[in-house]
Amino acid sequence: MAGSDPAVRAAPVAPDTVKILIAGGFGVGKTTMVGSVSEIVPLRTEEPLTAAGLDVDDLTGIEEKAATTVALDFGRITISERLVLYLFGTPGQQRFWFMWNDLAVGALGAVVLIDVRRPEASFAAVDFFERRDIPFVVGVNGFHGQHPYPPDEIRESLALPEHVPVLLCDARERESSRDVLIALLDRLIAEAGAAAR
Amino acid sequence: MWAHRPPPASEVSGSDAAGRLVRPFALTGGRTRPSRADFTLITTVTAVDPPPERASRPQPEQTRILRRCRRPVAVAELAALLDLPVSVVVIMLCDLLEAGLITAHPPHPVSRTPELDLDLLQKVRDGLGRL
Repeated sequence: MAGSDPAVRAAPVAPDTVKILIAGGFGVGKTTMVGSVSEIVPLRTEEPLTAAGLDVDDLTGIEEKAATTVALDFGRITISERLVLYLFGTPGQQRFWFMWNDLAVGALGAVVLIDVRRPEASFAAVDFFERRDIPFVVGVNGFHGQHPYPPDEIRESLALPEHVPVLLCDARERESSRDVLIALLDRLIAEAGAAAR
Repeated sequence: MWAHRPPPASEVSGSDAAGRLVRPFALTGGRTRPSRADFTLITTVTAVDPPPERASRPQPEQTRILRRCRRPVAVAELAALLDLPVSVVVIMLCDLLEAGLITAHPPHPVSRTPELDLDLLQKVRDGLGRL
């Protein structure tokens, strides 16, 4: 999208903005996916946290260092001069779910990314969006792009209804990540179209 | 083989209440909450140019923000560029908005009732298709 970056436009007219969440467990490739489709290197903000709340959830696999701030990685896709899409990677650990609630407000929908080697790391993310009726698609991120399981088997193990698309993907690849996002938009368009009829 | 997703447990484990953010006070005059809810992560802010004549001289941190938003910039991007927590940036943006030194443009409204805006969705989809 060279040449359409809002930063180089002549007239400072603010574009409309929308967002999509890239969710999933810790280390499943969320930031990788954001980075592969974003027009900018993913940016990071860090919020300091109170000590309260740090011992309420599962701390498995969390380094001590990460206990003081929660990082949020995000990227940007300029759709047009008037419309910009932001992609937010949700913090992976369940104890940061209070941030997911804030992030989910006003989101078009979500991609739940699943690491094919440890799908259970993303079960909680599937639950989160199901409970809140936020439309999502599942992207199954293959380790080194390898996909040992067919989508139907994955759908079954996740107990996903038919209308939730399951896509095999490689979060490192731009086209692959883009196709997951397009599948989400197709689902949103189909549902909005059905509701309008 | 794959583990199977267990049935959803009871509602999320109370972390909403437990995990409040600490907002650093140094840059915000001791206030702990924004005076306005006008700023989401993807609200875009733009410096008013030229600044209003009655505006008082901005603080150094405010000047840093104003310099970064000569062109429209999203709050999250601003925080990342300034290397400051979003919560701190929002409080400073409230002051700048009240002083008339910036304008804020809210995100495109997303409502699922009755349904999402089909035209908007199609634009986003077309844009992704061009990637």
